[in-house]
Amino acid sequence: MNRQIALLVTLVSGVLMVLSGFLIPTQSWAEDVAEWFNVLASIAFVLGAANLAKIHLSKISSRDEGWGFSAVTLIAFVATLAIGFLKIGVAPLETAPLVSMSGEKDGEGSAFWWLYTFVMSPITATMFSLLAFYVASAAFRAFRAKNVEATLLLVAAFIVLLGRTFAGVVLTGWIPDSLSFLRLENLSTIIFEVFASAGNRAIIIGIALGVAATSLKIILGIDRSYMGSGD
Amino acid sequence: MKLQRLILLCIVGLTMTIAFPCAAAPEQTTTAEITPWFVPGRAVLLVWLVLLSAVVLGSIAVARKGVVFKVRRIAGLAAVDEAVGRATEMGRPILFVPGIQDMDNVQTIAGLTVLSRVGRTVADYDASIEVPVSRSLVMAAAREAIASSYLAAGRADGFNPNSVYYVTDEQFGYTAYVSGLMVRKKPAACFYMGQFFAESLILSETGNSIGAIQIAGTAETSQLPFFVAACDYTLIGEEFFAASAYLSGEPDQMGSLRGQDIAKAMVGIVLVLGVLALTLTAMTGQFSGIGSFFQSLAGG
Amino acid sequence: MSSQSFIEKLDAIDRRWIFLLMALSVGIPIFVIGITGTRFPESPTPTSLATFETIEALPEGARVLMSFDYEPASAGELQPMATAFVRHLAHKKAKIYCQTLWAAATPLIEQTLRTCVIAQHPEWIYGEHFVNMGYQSGNEGVMKVILTDYKQSFPNDYRGTPAAEIPMLADIVNTSSFDAIIVVSAGYPGSKEWVQYVVSPTLTSEKPTKLVAGVTGVSAPQLVPYFPTQLKGMLAAIKGAAEYEFLVNQAVEARNPGVKIPAQFMDAQRRMAPQLFGHLLMVGLILVGNTIFFARRRAARLALA
Repeated sequence: MNRQIALLVTLVSGVLMVLSGFLIPTQSWAEDVAEWFNVLASIAFVLGAANLAKIHLSKISSRDEGWGFSAVTLIAFVATLAIGFLKIGVAPLETAPLVSMSGEKDGEGSAFWWLYTFVMSPITATMFSLLAFYVASAAFRAFRAKNVEATLLLVAAFIVLLGRTFAGVVLTGWIPDSLSFLRLENLSTIIFEVFASAGNRAIIIGIALGVAATSLKIILGIDRSYMGSGD
Repeated sequence: MKLQRLILLCIVGLTMTIAFPCAAAPEQTTTAEITPWFVPGRAVLLVWLVLLSAVVLGSIAVARKGVVFKVRRIAGLAAVDEAVGRATEMGRPILFVPGIQDMDNVQTIAGLTVLSRVGRTVADYDASIEVPVSRSLVMAAAREAIASSYLAAGRADGFNPNSVYYVTDEQFGYTAYVSGLMVRKKPAACFYMGQFFAESLILSETGNSIGAIQIAGTAETSQLPFFVAACDYTLIGEEFFAASAYLSGEPDQMGSLRGQDIAKAMVGIVLVLGVLALTLTAMTGQFSGIGSFFQSLAGG
Repeated sequence: MSSQSFIEKLDAIDRRWIFLLMALSVGIPIFVIGITGTRFPESPTPTSLATFETIEALPEGARVLMSFDYEPASAGELQPMATAFVRHLAHKKAKIYCQTLWAAATPLIEQTLRTCVIAQHPEWIYGEHFVNMGYQSGNEGVMKVILTDYKQSFPNDYRGTPAAEIPMLADIVNTSSFDAIIVVSAGYPGSKEWVQYVVSPTLTSEKPTKLVAGVTGVSAPQLVPYFPTQLKGMLAAIKGAAEYEFLVNQAVEARNPGVKIPAQFMDAQRRMAPQLFGHLLMVGLILVGNTIFFARRRAARLALA
């Protein structure tokens, strides 16, 4: 019975979303459906937080491998939550100078702002910058001219790697203007705008059709395997 | 099936009444005067939508009549059993990452479809699986998917709900957690199925460094090269959406896959003819009518 | 040690040596540039040039919506773009409407406005010349709403001031009220969604939405097909940022002869040297990797023979 209700909700909201792309009166209904999803997702945050606490508390209590990380996670979670809710160190608004919590929680100088600027920003930037190291290691290991296609890929990689830097200008800047398309920076642009773009378009068309067919199957309840009832 | 026919008829009926008057004379009179309830400029898109829906549903109907469609071997999906078997032999867990987006993303749903099948194999082999997720709703759905798989395998009591858990919504916080988990627990098989961004290479390179067999699937084209470089198998774009049909082999699913292929052929034909017509127009200055016709088919 | 065993050792090298080489090839140029201030000249690519020309063509007082759809993680690549965009807009005396669909981006908006507007144009008034509308959740759902009603999604600014009390919002109805939209984006929701949900529906209208995007290098190939129809300009990665920054600085210098450009407005150009050496290392690593591959293949053939 529960599954039938879920399928009905999927059907109604899915059809509404499709119709909203074409029928103006249904657009506000589709916006409502999107809002409901946001409300549900927001409520689910509580579920997520409870699960986070449960999993990590159980790891700490059973002294599982890496329980120290769980302790750090929980302390950071509770501290950030408290700092945000209590608006610690927030300067009051000019319009309400006597209300100490009237300012924005992440206004400059607040404890939350401090956490954002000096903890979250550097940590996430560090994680992102790991990509440079992993790309180098992957290139060394996987980028090999095993066949004709891989060799073509290698040549394209060299052109783009050099063409997107000043090295391209230094190496091929001497080429006369009449043959300027042969300069590395221009070849790199051609690879980008012609070959990569053509390949991307083909993949995108395939994906678009796949998304449309999958959505249709889900809306009509033909595909229910995501609910675990595929078999 | 009756319901599907009804819906199909409704959509076709709507198209006939709305799209064709709009498509025929959008310039002469303002759309607002005739159809204030129809979004201007969407008529061609609606026609395409109806065509695609009709082809997919029609193919499903054909498959239900017993016509068998063949699907080519998809190495990444064929390797699911091998990966789970290897993890079981080594006594190590299996890691499944269903992307970093929420349940409103079709790639997440496609990922859960694969999870459902992997869960069934895990239950059959009595292996252990770990599914850290970055969205609370995905956690609930993933738990339901695996629980059903265990139930279908006749091992409902073997399912550990704590094996599917929430980490954080924050992209790199989640990446850091999963990378750490890989280094500590050294899963023998890693599945990445869903929408990924910059974390794709970090996760797959970490998986590579611990010697795990890795299978990825995503429709995020910008991340495909990273997965291809670092994983053993990668489901590229539409292959990922074909997973459901490939793994289940059900007539409905196979039919929809067939419908998708027919639709792709239709798009391909229109594309080639359109390019030829526009090239001819540009070269000769003639046949501009044909070029405009194909441009209108593209909605432009 | 025989050449063969050396090659085998090199093939199985601990990847931390590669990490160290990358750290050095990026770190040393950063250090050197910090001391010398050296930069490479830029020759703008067509997409960067189109971006500059689109903004440059805006009249004084043009209303420009700028969405900061990224977070601190990708600020290293995208912040120089956002800075150059806001600086260019301020230089053109455009009205700047800032917003974000990424929860962690609001402090980035504040920081950019402080650097490029408040510090450079102290006479500008908040709410009349620039405004920070803050964050709104809902991803592409927000885009669909602001397509018809901007204030429904953004009823207050970042400070909680109602939209009705902000003078520069008086004549803003929906996204068509803006003369241009600039999106600096790292992922989802980002430039692709802006194209699909905001630009595409207006393509056949009388006033198609003019969208310009600044994106990370990895997502750039995905957006190239949209240029120049849906996207009027695009800055791809730090290279695109450097080219655009170079053009903006050139325009500022042309209008104010003798003006000294502060170092903070040359961030992208300064990052091109570390990028150059990073890329050269990649080329070197690929060459070494292939040398190993061919040497091993040759050895295997000889062993078979």
